Amino acid sequence: MIKKNIPGLQIREKTRIQHLISWLAPFLGLILVLVIFSLMPEVQDRFLRISNFKSVATQSVIVALGALGMTLIIISGGIDLSAASNIALSSVIVAFAINAGIPPVFAVLCGVLTGGFVGFVNGSLITSLRLVPFIVTLGMLGIARGIAKWTAGNQKIDAPLSWVNELMARHPSPSWLLMAPGVWLMILLAVVMAVVLRYTVFGRHVFAIGSNEATARLCGIRTNRTKIIVYSVSGLFCGLSGVMQFSRLTVGDPTVAIGLELDIIAAVVIGGGSLRGGEGSILGSMIGVFIMAFLRNGSTMMGWPNYIQEIIIGAIIIVAVGLDQLRHRRE
Amino acid sequence: MIQNPSLPLLLQMKNIRKNFGATLALDEVDFDLKKGEVHALIGENGAGKSTLVKILSGALRADKGKMSLENVSYSPSSPLDGRRRGVSMIYQELNLAPHLTVEENIMLGKELHSWGFLRQREIREKVREALEFVHHPEISLDIPVGKLSIGARQVVEIARALMSRASVLIMDEPTSSLSQEDSDLLFQIIRRLKEQGVSIIYISHFLEEVQEIADRFTVLRDGKTVGSGEMKNVSLEELIQMMVGQKVDEMFPRIEHEVGDLLLSLDKLKGKKMHAEVNLSLHRGEVVGLAGLIGAGRTELMRTIFGLDAVVNGSVKVASVSTPIGSPWLRIRQGMGYLSEDRQGEGLALSCSLADNLTLSHFNPYSRFGFLGLKKRREAIQGWIQRMKIKARDSDQAVLSLSGGNQQKVALARLLHQEADILLLDEPTRGIDVASKSQIYEWIGQLASLGKTILFVSSYFPELLGICDRIAIFHRGRLVDIRDYSDWTAQNMMAAATTGRVV
Repeated sequence: MIKKNIPGLQIREKTRIQHLISWLAPFLGLILVLVIFSLMPEVQDRFLRISNFKSVATQSVIVALGALGMTLIIISGGIDLSAASNIALSSVIVAFAINAGIPPVFAVLCGVLTGGFVGFVNGSLITSLRLVPFIVTLGMLGIARGIAKWTAGNQKIDAPLSWVNELMARHPSPSWLLMAPGVWLMILLAVVMAVVLRYTVFGRHVFAIGSNEATARLCGIRTNRTKIIVYSVSGLFCGLSGVMQFSRLTVGDPTVAIGLELDIIAAVVIGGGSLRGGEGSILGSMIGVFIMAFLRNGSTMMGWPNYIQEIIIGAIIIVAVGLDQLRHRRE
Repeated sequence: MIQNPSLPLLLQMKNIRKNFGATLALDEVDFDLKKGEVHALIGENGAGKSTLVKILSGALRADKGKMSLENVSYSPSSPLDGRRRGVSMIYQELNLAPHLTVEENIMLGKELHSWGFLRQREIREKVREALEFVHHPEISLDIPVGKLSIGARQVVEIARALMSRASVLIMDEPTSSLSQEDSDLLFQIIRRLKEQGVSIIYISHFLEEVQEIADRFTVLRDGKTVGSGEMKNVSLEELIQMMVGQKVDEMFPRIEHEVGDLLLSLDKLKGKKMHAEVNLSLHRGEVVGLAGLIGAGRTELMRTIFGLDAVVNGSVKVASVSTPIGSPWLRIRQGMGYLSEDRQGEGLALSCSLADNLTLSHFNPYSRFGFLGLKKRREAIQGWIQRMKIKARDSDQAVLSLSGGNQQKVALARLLHQEADILLLDEPTRGIDVASKSQIYEWIGQLASLGKTILFVSSYFPELLGICDRIAIFHRGRLVDIRDYSDWTAQNMMAAATTGRVV
């Protein structure tokens, strides 16, 4: 075949480059952040150290696990404002269970399942009452937080140390692990979720529902069932995130992670997730998480006050989404 | 009815031409309107009526042609501009803000104010006057419009048009969703407006109603003016003849197929949004057409069969198996497939890829334990793209960037891909190019010869006559009659669809 004679070939090559750029765009953001701080003479040597990368990775686990579930929800066209409350509730449940003498394995399981249950309730309410996800999860934000405080008697629950606290240890034992077990778990689950979204029937259904729910229904997809699964899975991730939260604090604190849901949503959005549904990727969301984590880390090293970090991250959200829109309009 | 040929000319449209892409929607159309007359604009779906009045109201711009209003050149840049010149349109889908009150809706955009503060008393006075003028002083000013009946909403909309001192009022299918009583009230209002010197352009498919209310008529067909004159000088048959015309021979390849066993039977079926029960039996290898005007209840029937709307009464039997509750999930497993009339809003997930859209209802051939074999699927899709002659870059292209005809081929390919035995096709040829159309006709014939059952909704009668075995006519939610295609002509179909009676 003579390639010259194929009309539209040029378009094809052009879009391939565009494709590459749009795939790389989130990476560019992360690289930019890394480069900027690497060039700052004040922090250069500390910032680029492996130990610093390790600690950023550890700090990111909680948001990252939440973002894995949130990506799924946002692709399906929904939103979960109760994620952070759910994380707090799950962490309190783990502490409560360990304190009550339940073996840590089961305590962890309780925590994860609590998260899953909250997600299941979210999904069931959204589909059965036909309420918008924003409202249902806004309500759940209060309910889950309230139950967490109630369970903990409105104070922190101290729990005896166990292997659970090792999950987020900065210096893991055995030392050949190099990074905290929680970080490895995060990486593993991110890969699993990316595969689920790209290579499974369920993943396609989630994209289809987010892109056009009417079409999905028309094609015989049981949209309600799928949505309940989406929110339940996302809840399980919050539950696991809660376990990590407990592991890090070694106490069950019902007031922890307030406002974290917005960080989680921001990560997904920076990574290319569209709040109108049908778009988003696990890789993008993870990069979003790390962009925010490195920014915080770098700013802290620079000795910039907290409010500067907040302003920078706020601006980044707007710039990231603005660029994304621009790209879409051009397409 | 009093005729006054000496009424002065108010509006003139000359040589109006409008293209949408490659299709010529209006071809040198002339139209004129006298002061204080009701002028009916008649034509089949797609004849160009809506395009013409959209140009008149300012929602669209003509590619060519001249318009003058009261002997002054007129070319509105927007509906707002049109309204300022006194041309107001009452839309088919009512155009009110449901949460705002009657008063707020009527005054919307022309609120009387001093320094931004509303002059409440004056406003209420004016609104009350307007409602009295249209003979509906009983409508409360403070009730949200969403709580009014459709008839009352229309009255509010007319009052709103009057508030902007309309001299030309365009009504697009005003009675299609009204009860008989509300229609009568509307006619009273129209007569009153006429007395006041307001000119009305009245678009309707209901010819008897048009004969009752209009003074003059203009008939459009395929984007051309084919007739115009005094209403009293023309008969119903002549109007129908003008609408239908002598169609240029089109290629409807009738592929030989044999009608087999009973496959789908509807027994006193009534859905949530249907107005009457429907009985219908469909056989293998049979193509049955559902004809009627837009809003006659054909789409509602399809959606009820497919489980998209709840069944209120009666049953759907597939191969003599009756299932109490239908859902699209179940119907697809019973071998049904539905092609939506709303291709972009419902039929396709536009941001998803061609491959996803084509296989969405049937992932089974490529999935193993829930995992998709993407490579296997890509190869299969290549075959479909060639077989269906879909013009696309590759199978990963978003359907958003395909042309209308190619999008429709993807939607239809989905039904073939899922190996549906019963195909419910809702306006499959609407808004697509001629080449794609004739391909779709050919496929329908081939599918029938393979023993599939096809239910084909269309508002374009020649294509139904060209490819169906039997044709059912719907009028205002009711199945009027079903007959063999050879017993129908475009004329008696149009008569049945517009009057509800079979000649």
